Amino acid sequence: MNFVDDSVELREVQKLEGHTDRVWGLAWNPATGSAGIPAVLASCSGDKTVRIWRQNPSNGPFQCTAVLEETHTRTVRSCAWSPSGKLLATASFDATTAIWEHSGGDFECVSTLEGHENEVKSVSWNASGSLLATCGRDKSVWIWEVLPGNEFECVSVLQGHTQDVKMVQWHPTVDVLFSCSYDNTVKVWAEDGDSDDWHCVQTLGESNNGHSSTVWALSFNATGDKMVTSSDDLTIKIWGADIIRMQSGGIFAPLPAIMIEQFFQSIGQVLTSKYDREGVIASGAADDAVRLFVESEESKIDGPTYKLLTRKEKAHDMDVNSVQWNSA
Amino acid sequence: MVSGLINANPVVYEKKERRNRTGPSDVDEDIKDPEHPYSLEELKVITEDAIEVDDQRSHVRVTFTPTVEHCSMATVIGLCLRVKLMRSLPSRYKSSLSELVKVNFFYLDIKVDIRVAPGTHATEAAVNKQLNDKERVAAALENPNLVDMVDECLAPSYA
Repeated sequence: MNFVDDSVELREVQKLEGHTDRVWGLAWNPATGSAGIPAVLASCSGDKTVRIWRQNPSNGPFQCTAVLEETHTRTVRSCAWSPSGKLLATASFDATTAIWEHSGGDFECVSTLEGHENEVKSVSWNASGSLLATCGRDKSVWIWEVLPGNEFECVSVLQGHTQDVKMVQWHPTVDVLFSCSYDNTVKVWAEDGDSDDWHCVQTLGESNNGHSSTVWALSFNATGDKMVTSSDDLTIKIWGADIIRMQSGGIFAPLPAIMIEQFFQSIGQVLTSKYDREGVIASGAADDAVRLFVESEESKIDGPTYKLLTRKEKAHDMDVNSVQWNSA
Repeated sequence: MVSGLINANPVVYEKKERRNRTGPSDVDEDIKDPEHPYSLEELKVITEDAIEVDDQRSHVRVTFTPTVEHCSMATVIGLCLRVKLMRSLPSRYKSSLSELVKVNFFYLDIKVDIRVAPGTHATEAAVNKQLNDKERVAAALENPNLVDMVDECLAPSYA
């Protein structure tokens, strides 16, 4: 993307209405939105349902094509499509994670993952779709193996966070899991080559330039060498990762993540942030604004710097809970 | 739930003469303390000057003072204040859901920040953090027991 001038603007193209309570999360179906297949979006809400929206026709408006209801008994907090786009996982305050499969336009709940003691806050699939991770207020992170016939088996329950875990996210290229929490830290989890045991290999806290309050979200760029975290401390931080060291198999070497830059936002805690394919970072905050950040052309001696590209104030009437790029 | 009262002998202050006012500032009246038949105003848990309204930014900050330093009811009181504020704002902001017990910021454009007055609570930072975590507040208000408690505290304020 070549920004010739500084007048980049965010323009609303459509407002999707239907949910009867706040919308907490969104997810684009990765198997849609290109090669003539209309884009499909899932949204989840405090109204206990998940809505599926499809663009009709391919560059026309979005319409609601399905409502996934009568399954979760409390707020649905997060949703995530499997890499193949065939399955949708939904995490709920009712302490369960539901797995949905669709055939045609109909969705069916094919599995329910139980185990968390209370509210499940986030769900994430790894790059190959062989593993699923969930986390919640019970301070734990669970890793599930995806087996044939829509069976799921818990392979690890990770303890380590001292508070509510807000989000889990798999690295885009390596099977390393990241989690962020009300305890102000980000933790990195990897499998020990020999014993198939998952354990925490790094903690990003205040002592290593980490956040000073709840970390709400984290996201990776496409290659996975950069990560952005967003926090109640009103900042977003960009971290660098050494992929080579992450990938060297056998004995796992700790992932060094160094804080590169941080931004201060005016009022609202930063609830969400996401990298797009070309490295533009979008953030949503409790001040109702959406911001875009991009790496600056003027590079410093000690590393890249970032600048605010544009800010859309009052993007919504209330807090922006989730931002997601359509990478098609 | 604790079996004994946290503060069995609260100091009771005289209730202020009520004037005809509208707006977020008069929501402190008649919210019952979770443990006693007195209102939060009578117990000086919350006073009028502890409510700051920033009209321009549509931001309201409420500071409340629990009667004792180790009050474990602090989070419940904080929740009551949140819910009362939401229900008391002008009618055009009212939620159209039938379940009004939920703290529903969806239809409202006012930010509410609720905190314990500095120096008045032993774990003030912890209480403030919880009260201002929208996800924790939302989940708490899906708990029927907690909602019942909040409703009971707020009942006299609707008379």
